[in-house]
Amino acid sequence: MLTLILLLIPLFASLIALFFKGESVKWFSFIISIFQLVFTLYIYFVFSSINDGLDKEITQSIKDSLSINIDWINSPNINFNIGLDGMSLLMVFLTNLLMPLIILSGLNKNQERPQILYSLMLLMNFALIGVFVSFDGFLYYIFWELALIPIYFIALNWGGPNRATVTLKFFIYTLAGSLLMLFGFLYLYWATPSHNLSWVDLTVNHICSCKQGFIFWMFFLAFAIKIPIIPFHTWQPDTYSTAPTQGTMLLSGIMLKMGLYSLLRWLLPVVPNGVAEYTPYVIALCFIGVVYASVIAIMQTDIKKLFAYSSIAHVGLIAGGIFALNMQGFQGALIQMLAHGINVVGLFYCAEIIISRTGTSDINSLGGIRVLSPRFAMYFLIIVLGSVALPLTNGFIGEFMLLFGLFEYHSWAGFIAGLTIILGAVYMLRMYQKVMLGDVNENVTVFENLKWNEELILAIIAILIFAFGVFPKPVLELVEPIASHIFKLSFIK
Amino acid sequence: MNTLIYTACLGLFGLLAEIFNFRKYLIPILVLGLAIIFSLNLQTWNHPQTHFNGMLTDSNFSTAFSGLALFIMLVILILSTDFYSSTDDEKHISDYMAILMFTLCGALMMFSYANMAMLFLGIETLSISLYVMAGSRRFEVKSNEAGFKYFLMGSFASAFLLFGIALIFGVTGTFSIDGIGAYMRMHADSLDPRFIVGMLLMVFAMLFKVSAAPFHFWSPDVYEGAPTLITALMSTLVKIAAFAAFYKLVSVCFVFAMGKAELILTFSCAATLLIGNLVALVQDNFKRLLAYSGISHAGYMMLAILSLQGSTDSALFLYSVGYAVASLAAFAIAITVFKATDTESISGFNGLGKKNPFLAACLTMAMLSLAGIPPFAGFFGKYFIFSEAFRNGYEQMVFLAIISSIIGVFYYMKVIVAMYSKPANEFEIKPTFSYQMVIVVCLILSLVLGLYPGVFTKLL
Repeated sequence: MLTLILLLIPLFASLIALFFKGESVKWFSFIISIFQLVFTLYIYFVFSSINDGLDKEITQSIKDSLSINIDWINSPNINFNIGLDGMSLLMVFLTNLLMPLIILSGLNKNQERPQILYSLMLLMNFALIGVFVSFDGFLYYIFWELALIPIYFIALNWGGPNRATVTLKFFIYTLAGSLLMLFGFLYLYWATPSHNLSWVDLTVNHICSCKQGFIFWMFFLAFAIKIPIIPFHTWQPDTYSTAPTQGTMLLSGIMLKMGLYSLLRWLLPVVPNGVAEYTPYVIALCFIGVVYASVIAIMQTDIKKLFAYSSIAHVGLIAGGIFALNMQGFQGALIQMLAHGINVVGLFYCAEIIISRTGTSDINSLGGIRVLSPRFAMYFLIIVLGSVALPLTNGFIGEFMLLFGLFEYHSWAGFIAGLTIILGAVYMLRMYQKVMLGDVNENVTVFENLKWNEELILAIIAILIFAFGVFPKPVLELVEPIASHIFKLSFIK
Repeated sequence: MNTLIYTACLGLFGLLAEIFNFRKYLIPILVLGLAIIFSLNLQTWNHPQTHFNGMLTDSNFSTAFSGLALFIMLVILILSTDFYSSTDDEKHISDYMAILMFTLCGALMMFSYANMAMLFLGIETLSISLYVMAGSRRFEVKSNEAGFKYFLMGSFASAFLLFGIALIFGVTGTFSIDGIGAYMRMHADSLDPRFIVGMLLMVFAMLFKVSAAPFHFWSPDVYEGAPTLITALMSTLVKIAAFAAFYKLVSVCFVFAMGKAELILTFSCAATLLIGNLVALVQDNFKRLLAYSGISHAGYMMLAILSLQGSTDSALFLYSVGYAVASLAAFAIAITVFKATDTESISGFNGLGKKNPFLAACLTMAMLSLAGIPPFAGFFGKYFIFSEAFRNGYEQMVFLAIISSIIGVFYYMKVIVAMYSKPANEFEIKPTFSYQMVIVVCLILSLVLGLYPGVFTKLL
């Protein structure tokens, strides 16, 4: 019941938002998203109160309040099956944490038809939460596809130059992957003896290992396009630069986590033989992607494209860590998903602040902003260091565990993963030096002080970076049970 | 069968209205009549009966599809009030209405036939009425071309149908579909080659009627040339009626003999999917684009003809409903835009997102439903048909259908992109109230069906 409420609030809010006129819709959406965040924290406390010491009945009633399984369609057998476990709750928390920040970032912007924009953002919130709480394959698929529609329209209507072609490429590329996943689900439905797509059944009744390789690729291609993993990444840099900042934050902060989450939820436990067969290739692909994206990022002069490629590099590492198939890999991936979500939203917001004030995104024509706005320089530095994975920041915990997991898989894998951290430091610090440090460039004559909402967002992100960096224990405890469950499921019986 | 008689009475009423010059309240009376017939039709649910010595049957299959046909015709009538508003149309309005009623009669016969003669009568009634309506704009060259092409090629296909029926009669000695089915079951291992030839001829005729490749060539030209309202009728009612009749024919009479025709049908299905989607990519004219998209939808529905077992008839019905409501909404919007901008090309939709955001949102939903994107009904229809085809072993065809879906999204998105990102032209586009109502009702149905498709999945 609680989960259903969490899912439906953004949907109803999205419909109500259509009727607002003018700027008040932004406040309405902000209040709704704060309420969602508080509700998510409440659910977290309910969830974490389940421990071994509790009475069986109370545990069961808590579990019942968190999940629903209603018969939706009889034939084919599809149920409205939503629920929460550690992984889902973490992702829902990330979504609801980033949503107020994203909405807050639009407060001082002059956007036309804001009621439609915020309605679409709330609709996207609904679809994203739906992806993370679905435990039935078909329901999950519906939410996965549904999430594509609002972001497409946000990017098409409020985006930058050349948005028609770029967003169309993004839409069709992602849809192509989703349709391959549909084929995979259809196959699984008829191939498993129990004839349904519920997660529990799919992870227990595996199809014969001869076909698992094929189904693995059907699913993996869909996720690889979403994450993205090289060579399926070509839609991403253009889309991230062309979309409006809020769209980019939604895409990079939350939507790509859909792909990573799905690897853990719908790929590893469902086709473990296929995974085992192709893991070396996938890890190789991830590493090629990481190194390639990092090298391109080093060469980039456009700040948004640089962040886009850095995002590819980071998520390539996370995906590689997942395929290392050990507990450190899984836990590191989950923590890093949270950290990357927060950091990349921070990065793109800083890029937006710079671009909106100086009118250019070329790092060569920027410089010395630190002199003009030292507070912004401080926040930006914290976010950059979080992205570089300096110890005490949230990025460090995740990267460290991922490196550990990859090293356990194969020492060379650990070595190459370690390279990524070095390369990441290279492009990030170089970018920071060029943009913020040094002499004030003649293009940057005046740099307004940060407005209240900008400072609030940056401060919150900076606090979160340190908070999760110093005290990651709640997150680790949250994801440990589900990570070990998936670890057990991912092994060939 | 009562449905059929009442609809024919409505048609006669239309003809009488022509004689007695009673045009003013004709359409409201017909709409009311169709609504009453719709509710009377529902009474035949779960009451199977045969009439006229085994000529017509009432079954759940026929009731469901008849209900859909009545709904489609109801919508077309509501749309025709503003469509036929010029003075030349006003003079002939009761003729048009009467012919539309007879079209509906033909479709009803195609759903409830139990005898080959009825099948032929139904197809002919439907087709001849449409030959007239397609060519009804007498002073437009394109309309004349459409009517003429449809007439020539349609008659040719009907000739094939007759030839096939005659051959099958010669072999089995009966026109009744149950009798033919019984003959087929008895001789399933050693079918007379004349039976097979007859079956193939009938299959070819039906493939023509549903505009499946390689018999689809008439479809784009006829759809483009006919008046847009008639195109809407053709692309929804005729396709659905033809598929229902085709499905009934194959599932009752030819099930075990389908092995012989499997190669042909598979090839036809694959060609339809690919041709429909690939050629639609290069279209500029919106009506032609919808014609080719209709051809690709025929390809998806052909998967139902291939699979035949299990609840494929429910899947076909669900797909038809989803396709019909989305198509009707799209055509209603198209008629509004064509009238305002005086052009049928996609550039008429430029900038609709800014000029009339409501209409643009509705067309977006209709296009997304046709493309098969959740949460609209079109997605569920596709999913169930794919699911049934998968269950019956046609995995490669489903894979091809999925690839075609991916290709298909391009041209649906082309319209959406034109609406939202191209600069607006100067025409003001404002749909009338009845059009707005039709569009909203159709899209609400699409969403409701998308939320709860279970209503139709185990229906038949």
